[in-house]
Amino acid sequence: MLSSKAMLDGHGEESPYFQGWKEYEKNAYDDIKNPTGIIQMGLAENQLSLDLLKTWIENNQDATRLTNNGESVFRDLALFQDYHGLPAFKNVLAEFMAEIRGNKVSFDPRKLVLMAGATAASETLMFCIAEHGDAFLLPTPYYPGYDRDLKWRTGVELVPIHCLSSNGFKVTKFALEEAYQQAKKLSLNVKGVLITNPSNPLGTTMSHVELDELITFTVAKKIHLISDEIFSGTVFENPSFISIIEAVIDRKLEKTDLWSRVHIVYSLSKDFGIPGFRVGMIYSNNERLVSTATKMSSYGLISSQTQYLQSKLLSGKEFREKYLEENRNRVKERREMMVVGLGEAGISCLKGNAGLFCWVDLRNLLSSNTFTAEMELWKKILHEAGLNISPGASCHCSEPGWFRICFANMSQETLKVSMERMKAFISKQYCCM
Amino acid sequence: MGYMCNQQTQLLSKIATDNGHGENSPYFDGWKAYDSDPYHRIENPTGVIQMGLAENQLSFDIIEEWLLKNPKASICTVEGMSEFRDIAIYQDYHGLTEFRNAVAKFMGKVRGDRVVYDPNRIIMSGGATGAHELVTFCLADPDDAFLVPTPYYPGFDRDLRWRTGVQLLPVDCESSNDFKITRKALEAAYEKAQEEKIRVKGLLITNPSNPLGTVLDLETLKSIVTFVNEKNIHLISDEIYAGTVFGSPGFISVSEIIEEMECNRDLIHIVYSLSKDMGFPGFRVGIVYSYNDDVVNVGRKMSSFGLVSTQTQHLIASMLSDDEFVENFISKNSEKLSTRYKRFSSGLYKAGIRCLESNAGLFFWMDLRRLLKEPTADAEMALWRLIINKVKLNVSPGLSFHCSEPGWFRVCFANMDDETMEVALERIRSFVRKEVSAKRQRWQDNLKVRLSFGRLDDPHMRSPHSPMPQSPLVRART
Repeated sequence: MLSSKAMLDGHGEESPYFQGWKEYEKNAYDDIKNPTGIIQMGLAENQLSLDLLKTWIENNQDATRLTNNGESVFRDLALFQDYHGLPAFKNVLAEFMAEIRGNKVSFDPRKLVLMAGATAASETLMFCIAEHGDAFLLPTPYYPGYDRDLKWRTGVELVPIHCLSSNGFKVTKFALEEAYQQAKKLSLNVKGVLITNPSNPLGTTMSHVELDELITFTVAKKIHLISDEIFSGTVFENPSFISIIEAVIDRKLEKTDLWSRVHIVYSLSKDFGIPGFRVGMIYSNNERLVSTATKMSSYGLISSQTQYLQSKLLSGKEFREKYLEENRNRVKERREMMVVGLGEAGISCLKGNAGLFCWVDLRNLLSSNTFTAEMELWKKILHEAGLNISPGASCHCSEPGWFRICFANMSQETLKVSMERMKAFISKQYCCM
Repeated sequence: MGYMCNQQTQLLSKIATDNGHGENSPYFDGWKAYDSDPYHRIENPTGVIQMGLAENQLSFDIIEEWLLKNPKASICTVEGMSEFRDIAIYQDYHGLTEFRNAVAKFMGKVRGDRVVYDPNRIIMSGGATGAHELVTFCLADPDDAFLVPTPYYPGFDRDLRWRTGVQLLPVDCESSNDFKITRKALEAAYEKAQEEKIRVKGLLITNPSNPLGTVLDLETLKSIVTFVNEKNIHLISDEIYAGTVFGSPGFISVSEIIEEMECNRDLIHIVYSLSKDMGFPGFRVGIVYSYNDDVVNVGRKMSSFGLVSTQTQHLIASMLSDDEFVENFISKNSEKLSTRYKRFSSGLYKAGIRCLESNAGLFFWMDLRRLLKEPTADAEMALWRLIINKVKLNVSPGLSFHCSEPGWFRVCFANMDDETMEVALERIRSFVRKEVSAKRQRWQDNLKVRLSFGRLDDPHMRSPHSPMPQSPLVRART
């Protein structure tokens, strides 16, 4: 009756990543109304700096009240459905993206394609680059949503590049080659590599060495390189963030054909904490891709009302700089709270410098070194500790026992409560072991 | 550049490099003439008047008045600011409850409260464009087909086919019976598909019709519902113009029909949007309403690829929950469309131009068959080029709507002010006068008129989503 895509599980919502959310929704924590409810720690949202946006809007009423120097822009906005996007918005976005990267690279607004969220941007890149049945290589662990975003309607396959805890989950030449050969064994035509930098779920930035290996690899195989840089504004300490564009320029490859195979996905959802507004984009040096993706953006344009608000919000350089700095500080502080809290429970995290989560090592709590044991532990943490965290298996981690725990989507008090619960849970486990 | 371009092209998918986006249709070619020479009452009074854009610009004053009185509807005002945080972080694909409730209520009101819509069956999408693609992905596999009565909105070729791999098969409708959709035509199209071993998954209708501007009568609707039930195929009813009905006969939605007859409701789906009824194409409020639980379930998950901005959901929810405003808007909007329609149609009639009698939509379906040298597609194209180049009106040729008969043109009337409308009418009057008296001379001239519209590689190609390069928002760089 329905299509194959509709009848299979391509949406990926049977994964624990989403199951945990559903449990949370049934019994959500509230410090007053439901203090024993489940605390949501599986949602990589940034709720730390919304007050800064609110304050700016309060102080700039004229800018955002659908008026422009006293005249109504409502009508023009209501009619504006140009898939090239609001020029004023793209201009400030290009400046902002450069500032996040310390102005080490510059961005051309004409190479930006706006779409309704990074979800739409990632899928669109697949449609533009790959045929049904082609493959993309992704370092593991990776964001669970990619299984839906990149594969579901496109028919693209994902082949993991296995990264291991023994070297801090860094991407190695060996792992890249192994993944490529695996794809060949499966008779899959590899079209590219997709990295998330800073990494979700690791919370780390990619090193110069890793980026170099990736570039060498994609040059040799003549494939695409997509860098999802959605967390680029959350890098709070060294090693500093190196964008893929910067890495390619450093290698002096911008005049080679690699240049037209490098693409960036970005969004304001994480850096600004506004996932509801659906502001995503693709940045590419490939003219044909930009042209096609622009037409495809028709399926999910950003509301002109939102483009207008964001263009005003981002218009001041001073505000942008202040926001970036303050946001980074708050992310750092909040992460430290979690690291210390977990440390007090005898739990360690992968050392990280970005993102809205910690990659936590709970291998010692596994009853066996298996994913089954990881699932059991996850369920226990969900039901006994009342914490929804994300098991490494849902991120395709090759080793059991790692979990992603988010820290920026709740108040400080709630984070404290969650750390107390974690401590209590852990001591109970050790008692019983 | 050529080499780089080829290189760049080879790296991409077939979808990225074929013409599936449909922007090579003459529908979009006409934009170029307008873009390069747009009419402006003072600055460019001899420019091309845009009549190829089905937009509703008649009722903004009603909305702006409401906005001034309701600052809370915006999360950026002092009054509405308290909601900012919750709205900004809400990315649930169910959408804000108040948004779904308000949209369901509005859809009911547009249908005179003859139907009640369930907010839990509402799925958001990136405009009707996104809605159509989403429904197609849910209902059909690559190479499956939908039947579509002609003439139909050219954007369907892209929306339903490009990335899905689904085919569109025409159901031919003819002027001899005012382009009604007959059972015979439906059967013929279905049989043809069977013979060609193409699996038909559904029938897509647009009601009220674009480009005809007519509503489907009760008998036709019942016949359509019977047909889809017998063939066990889906029915997608695009009701995007439901709120633009300005005269009798009244609009009957498929939702009303299924209350009155035997029907497998799992086959019934509606596509809707606020782009036409309210004039909000920029806000990207697309809706899929399905009577099929599985489609609602899966469609909702799929809507992640094109959710409506919560900032906009909040605005729309506030606006459409105001019953008084909604009733006032629906009735005033209809009046304004009616007034505009009557003025225009009487002007055309006096100029000796016939149009299909219509009572909805934002356009006329104009009959210029008698001005064709011969009843062929080439003759229609020649006439169209003349109208663009000499009369300076961007109208849309029937060919681009897959009309089976040459000589029909869609002309939009709601995307301009009264003065511009008078100028357009005067140009048409003058054109017809000259045409009737100097037909042969003009056809010879036509053959010499060559317009080179950029095709595949033209970076300036336009689509419905780049219709207003003259918008002040495009001129503003800061």
